[in-house]
Amino acid sequence: MSEQDEKEHLAEFEARIARGEKVEPGDWMPEEYRHNLIRMIGQHAHSEIVGQLPEGKWIPFAPGFRRKLTLIAKVQDEAGHGQLLYRAAETLGATRQEMIEELLAGKAKYSNVFNYPTPTWADVGVIGWLVDTAAVVNQSMLAQGSYGPYARAMRRICYEEAFHIKQGYDAVVALAKGTPEQRAMAQDAVNRWWYPTLMMSGPPDKISEHTERAMRWRIKTKTNDQVRQEFVDLIVPQIRALGLDVPDAECAPDKATGHYQFTRPDWNELKRVVNGDGPCNAERIAARRKAHDDGRWVREALAAKSGQSTKTAPLLA
Amino acid sequence: MTTPTIESLLLAMADDELVLGHRNAEWTGHSPILEEDIAFSNIAQDEIGHALIWYTAYEKLAGRSPDQMAFERPWNEFTCARFVTYPKGDFAYTVVRQFFFDVAEEVRLRSFLASSSEVLRSSAAKILKEEAYHRLHTQGLVERLGDATEESRRRMQAGVTAAYAQALGLFEALPDEAVLVAGGVMTPNIELARSWIEAVAPVLRSVSLTPPVALTADAGGRRKKHLPDLEQLVTDLQSVYRLVPGGAW
Repeated sequence: MSEQDEKEHLAEFEARIARGEKVEPGDWMPEEYRHNLIRMIGQHAHSEIVGQLPEGKWIPFAPGFRRKLTLIAKVQDEAGHGQLLYRAAETLGATRQEMIEELLAGKAKYSNVFNYPTPTWADVGVIGWLVDTAAVVNQSMLAQGSYGPYARAMRRICYEEAFHIKQGYDAVVALAKGTPEQRAMAQDAVNRWWYPTLMMSGPPDKISEHTERAMRWRIKTKTNDQVRQEFVDLIVPQIRALGLDVPDAECAPDKATGHYQFTRPDWNELKRVVNGDGPCNAERIAARRKAHDDGRWVREALAAKSGQSTKTAPLLA
Repeated sequence: MTTPTIESLLLAMADDELVLGHRNAEWTGHSPILEEDIAFSNIAQDEIGHALIWYTAYEKLAGRSPDQMAFERPWNEFTCARFVTYPKGDFAYTVVRQFFFDVAEEVRLRSFLASSSEVLRSSAAKILKEEAYHRLHTQGLVERLGDATEESRRRMQAGVTAAYAQALGLFEALPDEAVLVAGGVMTPNIELARSWIEAVAPVLRSVSLTPPVALTADAGGRRKKHLPDLEQLVTDLQSVYRLVPGGAW
């Protein structure tokens, strides 16, 4: 394609996006747009898969039938979301197998938040409530994005995440209304998850390398700082309504703007954790790698039976 | 009509379902492929849901709630078969065990459709609908993994060799079985075992898997003669719940 053609295509592409149209798999798109989306959707898919682990750890210990059943269902949903997202990335030419191999090789990033430990049952509730609320704020924004398959996947995922939030919140309410020990357990979990959850929306706008371009092409429709503020405004009243504390003395509504002020998290910590050096990164990847290695014979057998090699069967990756 | 001894039957089935559901959920997040992660999480929820059906029927007769029975009862009071208590093993063992269990369930539940007990008849009809999907899935896996590659054949055969005698333990006679059979509540376990053997044989044969020749049913569970695997499992199951006994979670 000549440079002139490329320019015309790009102009038409950007005009379509400006009109609010969705880009679909067969459509012309700049390579950079495609790469950006594969990177983002891949990271998102990996986050769902790795995100099964911190809460999944508590399935054997969940107290009571209701908690046990809802927790299995929730973690199962994360696997389903991962499947849906790998599918969305495949519409852009990536394969599940390639993406999973990148994750296992430590080359792909995923959400910072799943690299923190879950030492108590309260973590299950607080992840469902805080982390999934932050995820829904972000994903509702992504559901407005320009790439059709991703936007539609986000709509469906948000629908299910709403149940996850309810599941988490409900578990925390039980603790907040429970014995002093249960209450302390809930507060301790809120304290530990507060800053990692604030970091989930990504680095602040002024140092985010991807935000500007992502906004122009409507890969994102809000900046990291906007998403973060929206989350804080939503969650702080909920935390306080349960009689729990936000672990930030600066957290108060700003009379002028109506938004909550809050202390910014340690951005160096975010950078370290996303780049593989968080408290549980090694443990998470090791668990995924073990599942992958232990399951190799199953994938090979299924591929052999369907007469395909594993290389050409992305669904089995 | 109910007989005074149906409680022991209900608990044996409820304990089987709960413990196997617990084991299946150990695959959540750790399965060979995403599709099986989803499938086994789903089967786990179904089995635990079936446990809830049987514990709820028990509660109506004995007054103790499902949570009390599952989360407060000492491990050595459980009457599940040993079969469901063994660690999840490799995926081949899990698939074979679940397939064996699905067929056993089907055989037992079908026999309940003619039971003198209304709760067994109606619950069986309900559970059979879900079990049909389990069997479709696990039998399909047995058929696809059984003879696909050298490794899959070796692993699946090892699964069959290990799980076969264990599965027969599902049909260990209940201590009060004679009364239940006389009352038209249930078919003797020995007959159910025969139906099970006949039902699994052609599936195994179709992929050249063979049951062990000399075997004794791995019984004991119905008489509360358990192995340490169950003690560990129940300790885990109840660990958070017991932090605040009788508390709300």
